[in-house]
Amino acid sequence: MPRQRSARPAALGVNVRRLPATSLSQRSSGPLRRRLVVGSLVLLALVLITFSFRSEAGGSMSGVQSAGATVLRPFAVGVDRIAQPFRDAYNWTESLFHARSEAARLRKENSSLRQEAIQRQFALQENRFLRKQLHYVGSASFPHDYNGVSAAVIDRPAGAFTQAIVVDVGSDRGIRVDDPVVSSDGNLVGLVTRVTSGSARIQLLTDQEAAASAIDVRTRATGIVRHARGTRETLVLDRVRKEDVIKEGDSIVTAGWRTNGLTSVYPKGIPIGEVTSVGQSDTDFFQQVQIDPYVDFGALDAVLVLVPKSRNPSQ
Amino acid sequence: MTVTTALRASALVFVVALLQAGVVSSTFVFGGAPDLLLVVIVALGLLRGSVAGAVFGFAGGLVVDLVTLDTLGVTSLVLTLAGFWAGRYGETTGRGRALAPVLATGVITVLAGFFGVLLHYMLGETVVAHQALVTALIPAVFLNVLLAYPVFRLVRRLAGGRLVLEPSTEVELVV
Repeated sequence: MPRQRSARPAALGVNVRRLPATSLSQRSSGPLRRRLVVGSLVLLALVLITFSFRSEAGGSMSGVQSAGATVLRPFAVGVDRIAQPFRDAYNWTESLFHARSEAARLRKENSSLRQEAIQRQFALQENRFLRKQLHYVGSASFPHDYNGVSAAVIDRPAGAFTQAIVVDVGSDRGIRVDDPVVSSDGNLVGLVTRVTSGSARIQLLTDQEAAASAIDVRTRATGIVRHARGTRETLVLDRVRKEDVIKEGDSIVTAGWRTNGLTSVYPKGIPIGEVTSVGQSDTDFFQQVQIDPYVDFGALDAVLVLVPKSRNPSQ
Repeated sequence: MTVTTALRASALVFVVALLQAGVVSSTFVFGGAPDLLLVVIVALGLLRGSVAGAVFGFAGGLVVDLVTLDTLGVTSLVLTLAGFWAGRYGETTGRGRALAPVLATGVITVLAGFFGVLLHYMLGETVVAHQALVTALIPAVFLNVLLAYPVFRLVRRLAGGRLVLEPSTEVELVV
């Protein structure tokens, strides 16, 4: 009886054709071979790892590895050389992509560093100024009847007829009208003319209405320092008698007089400037002495307000 | 597999192993580098079966270990298992699936990454897990998946053939 190749199961009602059957040995040989191959490779890899890991430098395994690497080196070098242009192209493209973000980052960093540098420069200047001020306050030339109140210039009111600055200390720090003001190195700046609780206006010596009694250090000749007409930052020593011999280069300081209970608003001996020219005419009663002030009035950043020690804080 | 196909596949694995060791491994994109050799081995496993995948994985790994003077056998072991798993996937559930190369590459890259870290750790080498498994592995998976399909097509063109199917007991319904 011929072998039935198809069956008709009652449940499905369809013909089922058997595929050509393979023998058991054939079916099992595939997986067996696969397992054998993979098992052997894994085992070989583990053996290699073990020997490679345990072998010392110069051992047999490192010799094998060295020989293998030597054999492969020309190929590796060849591949590397072939790949080099592509690698260069990749690096170039990558750098191009990164260039914009890098530029933005560097700009930001540059801005930050610039700000930092400016801040440091300011701090350095402030440091120098404070050192100078400290040096002046501690020196013998500092008027001993006064306390120095350090003040930063916060405003410079502009005007053709006024020469003034506004500083950030006021009555709350004991500042009063007519308090003298000097620069950080102790040269005369002017006088406090107006005070609020937190600020004060200082009339500079170059103002038209400013005046200070002064004395020539060398000859003891006295006079009054005022601003010179027609100039902004030149002073004159007015009312100097003709018989007083004043020379160019002489130093002029405040006179600081005291008479009949009245005292000058400026303490004695505060440097004002240096004589630059001396002239006199037959018709004038007094000499014309020009002074170059020690203070650069256009570049004042901070000053020292001199507050008398005798002042009662409640005044 | 014919001798010609085997030779082509061997040459491909050899060149790709050298490229991987010398060029690709140092080409960083988004903080990670692709593993071209792994992608090729997965493609070979899918196309030529688990045995071929394992053999080519072993050979490619050995070349890499020799060129980089790394501990011999480490890359071989990882790629042997990668090729074998890819082959088994292709022979069984992955057959006929268009996304099989991408899926297999992604999964095997992750597994290979973890297995590699484990192996290096077992060998007492310093491994920074976060660096290896997050910083480097995530971009590597992304890049390998991107490479998977083009590499699969290239490997099929060069090394061949169709998916090798596991012989199985089947019946055909004749309606």
